[in-house]
Amino acid sequence: MNFSEVFKLSSLLCKFSPDGKYLASCVQYRLVVRDAGSLQILQLYTCLDQIQHIEWSADSLFILCALYRRGLVQVWSLEQPGWHCKIDEGSAGLVASCWSPDGRHILNTTEFHLRITVWSLCTKSVSYIKYPKACQQGLTFTRDGRYLALAERRDCSDHVSIFVCSNWQLLRHFETDTQDLAGIEWAPNGCVLAAWDTCLEYKILLYSLDGRLLSTYCAYEWSLGIKSVAWSPSSQFLAVGSYDGKVRVLNHVTWKMLTEFGHPAAINSPKIEIAAVPVSLPALKPAADRANPRIGVGALAFSADNCFLATRSDSIPTAVWIWDMRELRLFVVLEQLSPVRAFRWDPWRPRLAVCTGGSQVYLWSSAGCVSVQVPGEGDFQVLSLCWHPSGDSLALLSKDHFCLCFLEVEEGVGTARARGSC
Amino acid sequence: MGDWMTVTDPGLTPESKNLSQYTSETKMSPSSLYSQQVLCSSIPLSKNVHSFFSAFCTEENIEQSISYLDQELTTFGFPSLYEESQGKDTKRELNIVAVLNCMNELLVLQRKNLLAQENVETQNLKLGSDMDHLQNCYAKLKEQLETSRREMIGLQERDRQLQCKNRNLHQLLKNEKDEVQKLQNIIASRATQYNHDMKRKEREYNKLKERLHQLVMNKKDKKIAMEVLNYVGRADGKRGSWRTGKTEARNEDEMYKILLNDYEYRQKQILMENAELKKVLQQMKKEMISLLSPQKQKPRERADDSAGTVISDVEEDAGELSRENMWDLSCETVREQLTNSIRKQWRILKSHVEKLDNQVSKVHLEGFNDEDVISRQDHEQETEKLELEIQQCKEMIKTQQQLLQQQLATACDDDTTSLLRDCYLLEEKERLKEEWSLFKEQKKNFEKERRSFTEAAIRLGLERKAFEEERASWLKQQFLNMTTFDHQNSENVKLFSAFSGSPDRDNPAVHSRPRQKKPHSVSSGSPICTSKVAKSLPASPSTSDFCQTRPCASEHSSVSVLNITPEETKPNQVGRECTNQNWNMASRPGSQEGRSSGCSATYTNSHVEKDGLP
Repeated sequence: MNFSEVFKLSSLLCKFSPDGKYLASCVQYRLVVRDAGSLQILQLYTCLDQIQHIEWSADSLFILCALYRRGLVQVWSLEQPGWHCKIDEGSAGLVASCWSPDGRHILNTTEFHLRITVWSLCTKSVSYIKYPKACQQGLTFTRDGRYLALAERRDCSDHVSIFVCSNWQLLRHFETDTQDLAGIEWAPNGCVLAAWDTCLEYKILLYSLDGRLLSTYCAYEWSLGIKSVAWSPSSQFLAVGSYDGKVRVLNHVTWKMLTEFGHPAAINSPKIEIAAVPVSLPALKPAADRANPRIGVGALAFSADNCFLATRSDSIPTAVWIWDMRELRLFVVLEQLSPVRAFRWDPWRPRLAVCTGGSQVYLWSSAGCVSVQVPGEGDFQVLSLCWHPSGDSLALLSKDHFCLCFLEVEEGVGTARARGSC
Repeated sequence: MGDWMTVTDPGLTPESKNLSQYTSETKMSPSSLYSQQVLCSSIPLSKNVHSFFSAFCTEENIEQSISYLDQELTTFGFPSLYEESQGKDTKRELNIVAVLNCMNELLVLQRKNLLAQENVETQNLKLGSDMDHLQNCYAKLKEQLETSRREMIGLQERDRQLQCKNRNLHQLLKNEKDEVQKLQNIIASRATQYNHDMKRKEREYNKLKERLHQLVMNKKDKKIAMEVLNYVGRADGKRGSWRTGKTEARNEDEMYKILLNDYEYRQKQILMENAELKKVLQQMKKEMISLLSPQKQKPRERADDSAGTVISDVEEDAGELSRENMWDLSCETVREQLTNSIRKQWRILKSHVEKLDNQVSKVHLEGFNDEDVISRQDHEQETEKLELEIQQCKEMIKTQQQLLQQQLATACDDDTTSLLRDCYLLEEKERLKEEWSLFKEQKKNFEKERRSFTEAAIRLGLERKAFEEERASWLKQQFLNMTTFDHQNSENVKLFSAFSGSPDRDNPAVHSRPRQKKPHSVSSGSPICTSKVAKSLPASPSTSDFCQTRPCASEHSSVSVLNITPEETKPNQVGRECTNQNWNMASRPGSQEGRSSGCSATYTNSHVEKDGLP
């Protein structure tokens, strides 16, 4: 395991290009594009203001830099360094910007979610989409880039519009049976859309691509509902994390619950071989009088091979739970010393990287757990991380620095500090 | 006395009633006062009695007294004191005899009364003590009653209190329920109100948004623009298409295509899974059938119906296997058949396994204890033996060690010891060589002996043959004699029995010797025997048949063969009874040794057939 030198960074903006060749990072108003292997600077672009968001186009040819404060989007080309494009949303303001999957259109959401403007880099044409809903996740593209599903709010009721991305034509438009739609997410196969209601009500709806309601699932009533949702890469499972500290896994045939994973603070499942069974985890006591209580399953992620599901219960922020999806049982619990900031699966292997805001990065695979100290003078507090698309390296991001961690040697030397192994 | 009075005074007890009766009647007498006292008081004071009586009767009133007494006595049912009157006007005479009788009777009565009185007194005393006891009991019970009454009152009070509490709690519960209901109503109303307000606000917000939108967009904001150096080509290299109805239709088509693909993919997967499962089922079925069919042969005897089903199953399966290709069609009926047959097989298997389980558990239950005991005893014995052995071995080792040490101590230096050791080795080698040569010699001897044995065996076989022939001829003679002289049959039979007793005892002895040796000495013992048999038997169909069935025959059957063959070779002139008897004899050795083989049985069969021929 090798580490690169430490580079400057701002706003945790550091992204690998989809083809894995480049690495874009931001320092204030400058965008630096490096070679992902050698880390040599290939291009350096200067924006008009501090960059708040960057995104690679799907073909890795363009980079979008959003300057929300100025209502500006600047696009740079990697092939033609001289080429530039600036989109100004003017007084309408800008709160979100993203590429369309073809890499030739940019979708800008104006302030107050007045509309979404679709700018084309090929033609002068500009499209508008009215009534977008301001919610957790109101805009989602299918994995193949053909369709866009958009949550809308019209006449005090929720709707979903499905657009064809090639010409932005409306394909389907339907009302959803929700109080206050909180998010939508396509299944990876692009044929099923999951839509879930606000946290006040536990309700998840599944729609076919043609707008038919396939199924509705409600685990319980009255108490706070869904907090996080994740599809398995095979589209076979839909994991729903909720405020009751449980993950419910739905199957793709009947859309009924397959199993339920609880996150108790005291684990005494005999199947886990931890040092001593029952293990109790330090659980936070949620403040009941405050909004957005720190309870429930706030983060969910499936491994690339569908075999594992990693979850984090917000009331036990120091633990990452890994569930075996083949046997539908708890596989291992990784307990860290400090609250887990982020965890990401290797895009190819069943390997999980975890960071806790400390100077270590933790890697887990079914073979064991490794904790690696980030070298270098000073304290490198890993706040976030992202995998190289090939899974060979890992970018570790701190508040104002980043470095790359190359993982040529599988399971390098390191002291396993995380409790629990398999 | 005082006691007595107190008892009689209350006048409530039956005894006292009796007394009062007496008194009431005596009251009629002039001196009733006294009489009462007489009856009540004890008798012993004779003086007093005299004085009383004297007081009752004086010189003057004798007549009156007598008449009075007579009256009294007659009323009590005594005979009259007077003589029977002849006439009414004549004065009646006092009958002394009657008086005396009366007196006697009265005295007897008196005595009886006294006795009764005594009894009554004792009874009275008894009753008195009983009553005391009862009174005590009564008092106690009364107390108990009192306490239990008090308790009851206490309990009632508690019950009342609890009921009160319960009522209160019910009331509280009801109140709470009401409260909950109220709160729910409040929540619901608030929620509706909130939703309503939200909607109102959202509408306002929407209006505002609309307004803002108009303001922002209609201003012809020059700022809203895209500056681009030059437009880039589309990623797919094509040109953008116009939005027309056609494109819309194409979009729909594409969408459905995607959906269709997905469904097809899923269907394929399901089909694959189905096929796999079917394969598994088929495999399972086959295995089950193969597993169950041999076992079914036995139960078939017991339960014909179950066996019948199995047979039909097997037939069905054979049919199904040929139709294997049809399974891919997943035809409803085929599927049903498969599942049904699997279910059936499964049930059979299950019952079988259960039966086995039962048997196993039974065996365990039965066989555990004694086996256990035996094994333990054996074990203990064995351990003891082993321990002893170990002890002996240890001692041996010790002595050996001592000897070695002694030797070492005696040895002068290393060189000599090494030399000595070499010497020892050489010596040992020499010794081993000698032993080896000896062993070889022994081996040779053994081989020689073995050869001689085999020869002897062959010779014996030949001898035996000769003897058999001899015997057969002798028997022939005998039989011929027997048939010629019918009247001597009984004797012959006797003779036979005597004969069969001794030579048969001889026979096995004669024949068993080579038989016993053959397996040890001659490796090809039995083939030799068979060949002998073949040789000894002239070519007759039955014997050749027999030779074919020979491989499973024991030496015994060969004996019987030898016994019988002369009979067979002989033309069928001999009567049936005789051959039967002969056959009996021939088969005798087998039965005597208790080793009757299947072959001899087959042989007898063939023989019987032969008998049936003429």
